[in-house]
Amino acid sequence: MAGIVSYGAYIPPTRLGFAVIAGRPPKDGGPERAVAWNDEDAVTMAVAAGANALRGFDRAGVGAVFFASTSYAFKEKQGAALIAKALDLPRDTRTSDVSGSLRAGSDALHAAFDAVAAGSAKLALVVASDSRLGAPGSAQELAFGDGAAAFLIGASDTIADLDGAHAFAEEIVDVWRSEGDPFVHSWEERFVVQEGYTPGITEAVRGLCERIGAKPGDFTKVALYAPDARSFAGAAAALKLERGALVDPLFGRLGNAGVAFAPLLLVSALESAKPDERVLFASYGDGAAAFAFSLTSQVEKLEPRRGVAFHLARRRAVASYDRYLKARSLDAKEYAGGRDAGLSATIHFRERDEDISLAGQRCQRCGGLQFPIQRVCERCFAKDDFERVRLADRIGRVVTYTFDFFFPTPDPPTIVTITDIDGARVHLQLVDVRPEDVKIGMPVELVFRRIHQVGGRPNYYWKGVPRP
Amino acid sequence: MKKDALRDKVAVTGVGCCPFGENWDQAPSDMIVDAAYQAYADAGIESPQRQIDAVFTGSIYSNKGPHECSDALKLFGKPVTMVSNYCATGTDAFRCGVLSIVAGLYDTVLVVGYDKPKDRGVSGPSVMMDRVRDLPQTPAGWFALCASTYFAKYGAGREELARIAVKNHKNGTLAPNSFLKREITVEEALSARMISWPFGLYDCAAQTDGAAAAVITRADLAPKGSVLVKGVTVVAGPNPQKDPENDFLSWKPTGWAAEQVYAQAGISSPFDEIDVAQLHDCFTLTELLSYEDLGFIEKGAAKEHIAAGTFALGGKLPVNTDGGLKAFGHPTGATGVRMIYENVLQLRGQAGPRQVKDARLALSHNIGGHPTACGIAILGRG
Repeated sequence: MAGIVSYGAYIPPTRLGFAVIAGRPPKDGGPERAVAWNDEDAVTMAVAAGANALRGFDRAGVGAVFFASTSYAFKEKQGAALIAKALDLPRDTRTSDVSGSLRAGSDALHAAFDAVAAGSAKLALVVASDSRLGAPGSAQELAFGDGAAAFLIGASDTIADLDGAHAFAEEIVDVWRSEGDPFVHSWEERFVVQEGYTPGITEAVRGLCERIGAKPGDFTKVALYAPDARSFAGAAAALKLERGALVDPLFGRLGNAGVAFAPLLLVSALESAKPDERVLFASYGDGAAAFAFSLTSQVEKLEPRRGVAFHLARRRAVASYDRYLKARSLDAKEYAGGRDAGLSATIHFRERDEDISLAGQRCQRCGGLQFPIQRVCERCFAKDDFERVRLADRIGRVVTYTFDFFFPTPDPPTIVTITDIDGARVHLQLVDVRPEDVKIGMPVELVFRRIHQVGGRPNYYWKGVPRP
Repeated sequence: MKKDALRDKVAVTGVGCCPFGENWDQAPSDMIVDAAYQAYADAGIESPQRQIDAVFTGSIYSNKGPHECSDALKLFGKPVTMVSNYCATGTDAFRCGVLSIVAGLYDTVLVVGYDKPKDRGVSGPSVMMDRVRDLPQTPAGWFALCASTYFAKYGAGREELARIAVKNHKNGTLAPNSFLKREITVEEALSARMISWPFGLYDCAAQTDGAAAAVITRADLAPKGSVLVKGVTVVAGPNPQKDPENDFLSWKPTGWAAEQVYAQAGISSPFDEIDVAQLHDCFTLTELLSYEDLGFIEKGAAKEHIAAGTFALGGKLPVNTDGGLKAFGHPTGATGVRMIYENVLQLRGQAGPRQVKDARLALSHNIGGHPTACGIAILGRG
């Protein structure tokens, strides 16, 4: 059985006080966040955390390294290979980067447990590290913190055995960062919490509990990701978690450390855990994931690790906001108004079934297909009596068309059609065809393409191409 | 619908219309004041604050609600309602005003339609993208969707559309407040840059700023001989882009609205009874389809009637005598009220060089959205 063999962490000693961000002198005991200084980044923190996890273990046994981050410096050029070299791991260690989501830390853990359970690695090292930037003056700048967590996963001498895991994916634009943009953006906080975080984290935990036959209240230590203190309390209440079981989420001390945040709380849980305790670990981002662990007697034999407690005790306050801006090469004026927020993320979320899956519906009364999803039948007026139907695999036929020269496109015109898909009418662009070859009645297949780009975010939808 | 409930109960006693165009130096409030005070003067209203009982105003670009109109005109302490229904907005505001008088609630009501699209910094209509599956699309793309199907079935083509543009440009030169006062040729129309096939630049209405206003009154309080409302309705239709039954040979809401308004007005043969019509020519094809959808002529017969000049000034049923949306301009919320303005002038014999001889019954028609709504008003000489 796979489990956690060792762990480690790294939190930069530098702390940026909220008072300093507000332009006042540092205040002892006031709220603050951990900040990677100018010679630190996701990789240096990962190496430090990894070294702490490996301390006292035979590196030759490490057959896989998973590096999770959303803030690693390269688009092409692997971080895990660099980290493996810095940690002097064997040349034949398999290395992978996991990225693109706040959930990447738990995704990497999931992959490591699978690798060990499958026998393809004796030991797997997971390092989750993030140093995300919030725009100067934004709420994210206050909320974020920097740090890294590392776990050594193995099948023997485990301190915490994996009892089970449950994860799911969700298509939602709640928190994002586009290519070329240094700053993380967020849709309205109430939407992020009410439609994204709270239902997501509770679905993952409940799914896990169902899978392993447990109740949320059974766990004696809970490492729960949350974007802020208020949603942390809300999710804990919704799940009826034991108050005393909750691991301190360190808001106002560490800050939300991105993909490393929930893993750092897991480290915190393991630091004080006793044999036979049950630990719940839940992470969020584009869906959510939850893991259950049972502590073994081995936990008492593990040499003390440099974990969260060790690093929180070391601190150096930043003297002024200007020094922070310089260290991170930020220009406070550059980001005054923020970017165009783009299409409404709430509409995108509501309509993801139609837009991303191209789902229409069949009326159970009259049998007609229609698009988009509607409450009342276009044909027979039956209400709320529909079956979801996937249209994307079907063949459509062009009912009518126009060539739009008005919309700016590199290769005008845009071919716009009404296409009939087995009775459902879809307003559909036609691509990969010359205008003169467009005919009424021609059969088309559906392809998933970029439809437009607004506010720095690409939007995806379906288009038609002639059936080959 | 009680078909006789409305006919001849309401008189249009005053109309006004500001010059339509790129009114860079005018705020919405300036245009509203110009149009409304012209209508006051026309109706003999000397003390609007005392004499106007209620206001219905229409705009689709304003996000300021009815206050923009009430504040411009300083009409306070009375109901002011903002109506929004795409291009049918003006007719819908007029309809609401008429209904409030028919209901017996008010004696005299002001209707104001306006819009200020030229403050947005873009030429032409907005490319509307609120949602993921809103294709990069424009009204030209919506209304062009009837073309391939109609052309294939009835043999008309871009030249018929061009002739409509030529006619409306010509009429526009005769209206003092119109935006475009330049005649064009069929060749010019056909060779203009393409907007959304088959619509070239000259097939598209001129988007402008503008405001128009009407004062309406209980018929029994109006001077003898005032123009009377014979019928008015606005109907909703399905979005043709997802309507599974659409044949793309006509726009459904026009047929439904026509049936209702003809019943109200007691019209059985519209082509013979109506003397002048202002039709919604947001695009030339919209005017063409409306000839048929309004029952003026048989479905498919537009081609021959266009060639014969049926709808030109001097033809059997002149359409868009002031240049229409095409040449007079199209400030969306104002358009329906501008049509009321033109029809009132025609019925009073005040339309100058574009006067239709002995006009007794006049129709105005708006179609709006994808299109998803149609408004029609019929006025007659009292």
